[in-house]
Amino acid sequence: MFGFTRKARVGAFAAIAVSVALVATGCAATGTDSGTDEGSGDANLSITFLPKNLGNAYFDTSDKGGADAIAEFGGTYAEVGPATGSPDGQVSYINTLTQQGVGAIALSANDPDALCDAVGEARDAGVKVVTFDADTNPDCRDLFINQAEADGIAKVEVDLIAEQIGDAGKIAILSATANATNQNAWIELMKADLAANHPNIELVDVVYGDDDDQTSFDKTAALLQTYPDLKGIISPTTVGIAAAARYLQTSEFKGKVFLTGLGTPNQMRDFVNDGTVTAFALWNPADLGYLAAYAAKALIEGTITGAEGDKFDAGKLGSYTVGKDGTVLLGDPFTFNKDNIADFNF
Amino acid sequence: MTETTSTPRTYRDYAQPLWRRLLVSREGAVIAALVLVVVFAISFVPHFAQPITLTYLLLDITPILLIALPMTLIIITGEIDLSVASTMGLASVTLGVLHQAGMPIPLAGAIALVVGAAAGALNGFLITVVGLPSLAVTIGTLALYRGLAVGLLGTTAVTEFTEFWTDLAKSKIAGTSVPSVVVVILVLAIVFVALLHFTPFGRGIFAIGLSPETARFSGVKVERTKFILFVLSGLISALAGLYYTLRFSSARGDNATGYELQVIAAVLLGGVSIFGGRGSIVGPLGGVFLIGVLASALRLANVTSDVINIITGTLLVASVVATSFLAWFRTKRARPGKKTEILAVAKG
Amino acid sequence: MNSFTKGLRAFVTARETGILLALVIVIAAATIKNPTFLFSSDGFRDLLLTPSILLLLAVGQAIVIITRNVDLSVGSVLGLTAYLTGRLFIDVPGIPIIVVFLIGIVFGGLLGLINGALVAFAKVPALVITLGTLYAYRGINVVWTGSDRINSSDMPKEFLGLGTQSILFIPVLTIIAVVVLIVAAWYLRNRRAGRELYAIGSDPDAANLYGLKVTQRLLVAFVLSGALAGLAGVLYAARYGTVNSQAGTGFELQAVGAAVIGGVAIFGGSGSVWGAAIGAYLLLTINRALPILGVQDFWQRFVVGILIIGAIVLDRVLALRQAKRLTVARNI
Repeated sequence: MFGFTRKARVGAFAAIAVSVALVATGCAATGTDSGTDEGSGDANLSITFLPKNLGNAYFDTSDKGGADAIAEFGGTYAEVGPATGSPDGQVSYINTLTQQGVGAIALSANDPDALCDAVGEARDAGVKVVTFDADTNPDCRDLFINQAEADGIAKVEVDLIAEQIGDAGKIAILSATANATNQNAWIELMKADLAANHPNIELVDVVYGDDDDQTSFDKTAALLQTYPDLKGIISPTTVGIAAAARYLQTSEFKGKVFLTGLGTPNQMRDFVNDGTVTAFALWNPADLGYLAAYAAKALIEGTITGAEGDKFDAGKLGSYTVGKDGTVLLGDPFTFNKDNIADFNF
Repeated sequence: MTETTSTPRTYRDYAQPLWRRLLVSREGAVIAALVLVVVFAISFVPHFAQPITLTYLLLDITPILLIALPMTLIIITGEIDLSVASTMGLASVTLGVLHQAGMPIPLAGAIALVVGAAAGALNGFLITVVGLPSLAVTIGTLALYRGLAVGLLGTTAVTEFTEFWTDLAKSKIAGTSVPSVVVVILVLAIVFVALLHFTPFGRGIFAIGLSPETARFSGVKVERTKFILFVLSGLISALAGLYYTLRFSSARGDNATGYELQVIAAVLLGGVSIFGGRGSIVGPLGGVFLIGVLASALRLANVTSDVINIITGTLLVASVVATSFLAWFRTKRARPGKKTEILAVAKG
Repeated sequence: MNSFTKGLRAFVTARETGILLALVIVIAAATIKNPTFLFSSDGFRDLLLTPSILLLLAVGQAIVIITRNVDLSVGSVLGLTAYLTGRLFIDVPGIPIIVVFLIGIVFGGLLGLINGALVAFAKVPALVITLGTLYAYRGINVVWTGSDRINSSDMPKEFLGLGTQSILFIPVLTIIAVVVLIVAAWYLRNRRAGRELYAIGSDPDAANLYGLKVTQRLLVAFVLSGALAGLAGVLYAARYGTVNSQAGTGFELQAVGAAVIGGVAIFGGSGSVWGAAIGAYLLLTINRALPILGVQDFWQRFVVGILIIGAIVLDRVLALRQAKRLTVARNI
């Protein structure tokens, strides 16, 4: 007939229900033993880095800086992350890290609000949460390691492009993902700076490359096609500027459309040397990851709590003080150009 | 009435006892595998045996469990619905856009459910009235609905939702570590089991899967049944989309991309035949749990989540190939070789 | 009616002509709005170049769909081959470019063979098999890649040059794709093996009873689809230069869409690779034209969905009319 009598079907369904119940009660019974064996006793120095997405040169460098720091003070390093920069991808990883009971998470957030619940659960379970590069809502996390002041970054970008296009003309911005906290903060400040100090420059569009190479490449092509009199592009994301530079290098606009943004020296070296890009800015992501790891260590060991005025030691970078809203500032952005790009290797 | 003079003979209903049939059935195999995996994980995977694992597991697989219910029915009728994940995304975006414009969540959610049902109705219309194959239609609507979702929101995500509702989505039944959405799943599962196995509507579903023409001549309203199933699929996909949005506090056009594969993999793993006409609800639910527990255990063991994709894909392929192979093997055993049969007929 | 008018009539009413017309209209509309769409060297080049990768996938997909199957794993095959291409250049320094092409095609063909074997021998619907291999191949790709990616600096300049150079104003990649298209079209039309694919798609049982080597033809169809996806992967690496684990995600849907829009019926047995090729161009040209016409390019997927639904509804309407005509002719 249909393969099963009613008795058998109901029986099978009961079997599933029973096994689920068994698992549930079994888990509840053993819940107290596992999961909290660290936390009491000596500090749990297992720190996991959770960047916006994997396969991104910028985060490779920052996370490696973190790994170096962790090796210095004898903790355990791990790196996990989603393949694409979406908020729900990160939530799954935060959940897993909560279950594993790590000491701290160093997180670059894909969205300021969506992660708050998951991060809250992690903190409730005793995991310290340090954000770096891109922050969440300040209430959600313990500390934010900021690479540079947001308006400092915005200003250096606008200054660079204004200088290159002669302070007049149309420009566009090629950003990363539409929700990234840091991107949106910088874009707002750039708009304000343009309005206040550069009346002859017109920002015609902001497009999103989603920190994906192919998307950024295609979006650059589309920009140049849609706005034939475009003079400059700002791409404050290392994936975007690399893809845009690659497109410009083989297009007829090379040398006519100016590109600047935030890029890593290794990715941009070719383009600077052949004239596709004149100058761009960044900070040292390795230092950022290094500092984040030391900050996490200080939190785990209880040296600081994230309040304003707390001081902690950050290995070879020296001593740092926590500022307003639980923010630790790394330093200032740095401009790379033809003269100095050979000196760096990251 | 004629009276039989010979002694009455008794026949068994089935050739084999119940326990043997259960064990050998596909559903039994899936449940056995599930229990094995759970035991293995508890023993060998660190941090697995804690209440929070169950919580996260159930929260993660809820959308798949929900959609597996109507999908099972659709596949039993011999059709398929590839647009479920896109409907999830569309419902998610509808909720996000309306809420962002100021609408309270219950109202926005209700409208999102209606949108989902409408999406399912469009599928149903194209399949039953216009007569197009469901594979082609749902590939088209997969693009259409996802495109609508992405078009409405772009790549921005709406992430501010009333805390009451996002907490509710993740809340647990008092005192346990079981999320409250499980209640919704259980209720719906019971409804679907009843629908499929205990009503004429359900028997009609099996009949359509075995042979639509015969079913039609037996009085089953084939088109109406299929239409209802696709509307149900759209409605429940929208519900899953609402849950997904509230759980992750994030409404985005790209939400739940790829979920249709997970649902179909679980349903086929659970013993529902892709050719239609066979299956139950229990198997697919077991399949969802099996894949979910595997994924959870692998994640905790720090195995990349993409290994889970490899395993899901391989399980999907292996399960259907195994079914096909077993069927072939059974026919080979039951009859002498085809060649011999033809020769026999030719001679005789 | 002499043969010229008959031929003309066939051309005008052909599905492929309709799609070609749609393509011309889209290009015209965008060019009117913004002349650089067509009349600039970058614009013209990109117009021909970007769809050439999808063209290969669409041709392979058309071959499979004609046999009443579908191959959803082509996006993953492309990604895997693109990564393999990069790895070959890194791990085997000095490897000749032509060898990389060959390895990519063979690798893709092998992946397609797995699909074909499972479909032909296990008699499992191709939808399920290729759904599973889509998952499995992509997973293997991500595990192999880890958190790395291939950078353009890892590959020789001549190879990357293929991605942007042109011969007589036509990009090299487009030439490769068009040559493949012509060979495929000739094979399907003029070779026995090619025409049998149509027979298998129209009625697999009849084809079997008639004595056609169904299993063999199916295997060949899937191997071709995989090999073309492999070639597309090599071209992808040349065009974009950077390959990460997500390369090719979603391409299978575009390939199926291009084929369906181009007149290849989803229930098999009819259509041509020309139609699939034009469909591929139409899809991606719409993508580029939308922002120029003032529509946010976010709506591109929606437009693709409308086109696919429209195409299959049209197919159905035409098939019904055809069936009615045949019934009437039979009853006279």
